[in-house]
Amino acid sequence: MRSNRDRLIAFVMLLPSLILVGIFVYGFITQAIQTSMTDWGQNPEQPPLAANVVKSFVGLQNYQNIMTDTLEFTFRNSLINTFFFTVFFVLGCVVAGLLLALLLDQNVKGEAFFRTVFLFPMALSFVVTGTIWRWMLQPNGGINILPQALLGLPPIQFTWINNRDVWLPFEWGNVPMYVTMLGIAILAFMAINYALSRRWRATQYAVIAAVVVLLIFLARLWDFIWLPLDTPEAETPIAPKGFNAALIGIIIAAVWQMSGYTMAMFIAGIRGVPEELREAARVDGCSEIDVYRRIVLPQLNPIILSAMIVLGHISLKIFDLVFAMAGPDNAKTVVPGLLVYTEGFRENAFAKASAIAVIMLFFVAVIIVPYLWSQLRQSSQER
Amino acid sequence: MTMTAYQWRRYTVRTSIYVVLILLTLVFLAPVYLVVVTSLKDPATINLASTWNLPEFPYWQSFGEVLEAFGPRLRNSVALVLGATVLSSVMGSLNGYIFSKWRVPGERYLFPLMLFGMFIPYQAILIPLFDFMRGVNLYGGVIGLIVIHTVYGLPITTLIFRNFYVDIPDEMLEAAAIDGADFFGIYRHIVFPLSIPGFVVVIIWQFTQIWNEFLFGVTMTNTDSQPITVGLAQLAGGEAVKWNLPMAGAIVAALPPLLVYIILGRYFIRGLLAGSVKG
Repeated sequence: MRSNRDRLIAFVMLLPSLILVGIFVYGFITQAIQTSMTDWGQNPEQPPLAANVVKSFVGLQNYQNIMTDTLEFTFRNSLINTFFFTVFFVLGCVVAGLLLALLLDQNVKGEAFFRTVFLFPMALSFVVTGTIWRWMLQPNGGINILPQALLGLPPIQFTWINNRDVWLPFEWGNVPMYVTMLGIAILAFMAINYALSRRWRATQYAVIAAVVVLLIFLARLWDFIWLPLDTPEAETPIAPKGFNAALIGIIIAAVWQMSGYTMAMFIAGIRGVPEELREAARVDGCSEIDVYRRIVLPQLNPIILSAMIVLGHISLKIFDLVFAMAGPDNAKTVVPGLLVYTEGFRENAFAKASAIAVIMLFFVAVIIVPYLWSQLRQSSQER
Repeated sequence: MTMTAYQWRRYTVRTSIYVVLILLTLVFLAPVYLVVVTSLKDPATINLASTWNLPEFPYWQSFGEVLEAFGPRLRNSVALVLGATVLSSVMGSLNGYIFSKWRVPGERYLFPLMLFGMFIPYQAILIPLFDFMRGVNLYGGVIGLIVIHTVYGLPITTLIFRNFYVDIPDEMLEAAAIDGADFFGIYRHIVFPLSIPGFVVVIIWQFTQIWNEFLFGVTMTNTDSQPITVGLAQLAGGEAVKWNLPMAGAIVAALPPLLVYIILGRYFIRGLLAGSVKG
């Protein structure tokens, strides 16, 4: 039998890792939160890198500044960029990954070769990908002149990273409207879903409807918290906000790199569907397409959700790809991850950078903590 | 002989599947073609209009220039990857062994708390880390970077090893314990010999991740200790770049992980999928 002494040794052997992770993750997070509530780097009388720098407590001042100060719009723009980047990047990877996985599930010859090709960008650094795609997306070269080089067609006129256009305009003051529209869309989707499936899942529908109504109601409160703080911005003539077209090229590069990952996840998921199940459906008269629609895809749903969460959190942290493709100072493509770098390590505005970093951590935690919890609960149940 | 309607349909479906797959392959490989072609062109002959043309003759000098420009960064990356990969794999293996086979007080909370460390945006700990590394005099050196990558590698290495060891039957360990093996004896004689595939997965994963990493590389180093990704970003940064150099640089920086991926792809995918947890 394993002795108590061995149990003690086990714990002692684990201790160094626990202490290191404890300090480097939780200790530093605590410290980042503390720093975000000081004036480190803002006080002109205190050189930020001096050994005996005095950091005074300022409460939530830094958060209020980056969220509301008229001149601090870069951070808010980076949030808008992250939002659109996340939506299109996640959507792109899931759709492309699904397409690739379904194609490779057709008993194709040379499957291993195709899989290797679609997955190889995953082995590259984002810096390598960014460098390559910066060259691919030169306005007068790269893919723009590919139709010309291959077929003699006129070149594509799109300036990619240099593009200054703003699509899908976004106004902070309109957030209640966006939430309401999203809510209506969800309700409509539910109605269509019901009309198609004719299955009435009372509790499920009630919960979703309640959440939607609650969200719409909460969004009404936005006017009270946001607008009084937001007013000066409306009077400042600054660039329109929305989906910056300059991000499109970066999204394409990111999808090129990461869709192999979703493909690998989906292939693993499809392989997990027992062949007997598919065979049974075929015997019952399902066509190949129905087999996918009714058997395979429903089984993939949890995997699609996992993929969306993993990709979503990667997108919230994105840094090196944007750095390599657009540089750290491009206002059209700025993301929070870059701001922490430029504000913290170039401007030495450590407190402000910490506040941005804490907000990043908050968003990542919101999607990762429930995910991690459900994953670990699931696996302990299976055991 | 004519085809029946069914055969004809099947034939068209099969053909279109292959056509789509081949087109997608070309899309995925087009950047590779462009990189290789550009890296082999004489800088004087590179212009945007002839981007897609083959070089008239292979111009190898760019690679020599790039190696010179990378200078110590290539060596730094090799040292960094070796050090941090070995340390984080060994520690991860022990952690995985303990989490899967030994009852540790509070492990229900400790393990998820540890795993959370692999999802955090490293920006969130960057400034305290900078402060800490300066405080312990490890800021700006390769050693410091090895420490950083080892610690932040622990969650994923622990996870992969734990999931790997869970499948080793407890009876084997109990049998060894009855034969008098202690904590280290069980590890050395039973767990470790069965770990080789686990080590391959973890080492490949850590090697690729650390080689490709940029954020710590650019913030926690000085010019003497930068890794290769930072060198590449500098080579490609700025406006008036000669594109043969960044492209040759991209090839040099991509080659080690790419070779590993091509030779040991199966293990690479296992590391990749482990990142989506499911303990």
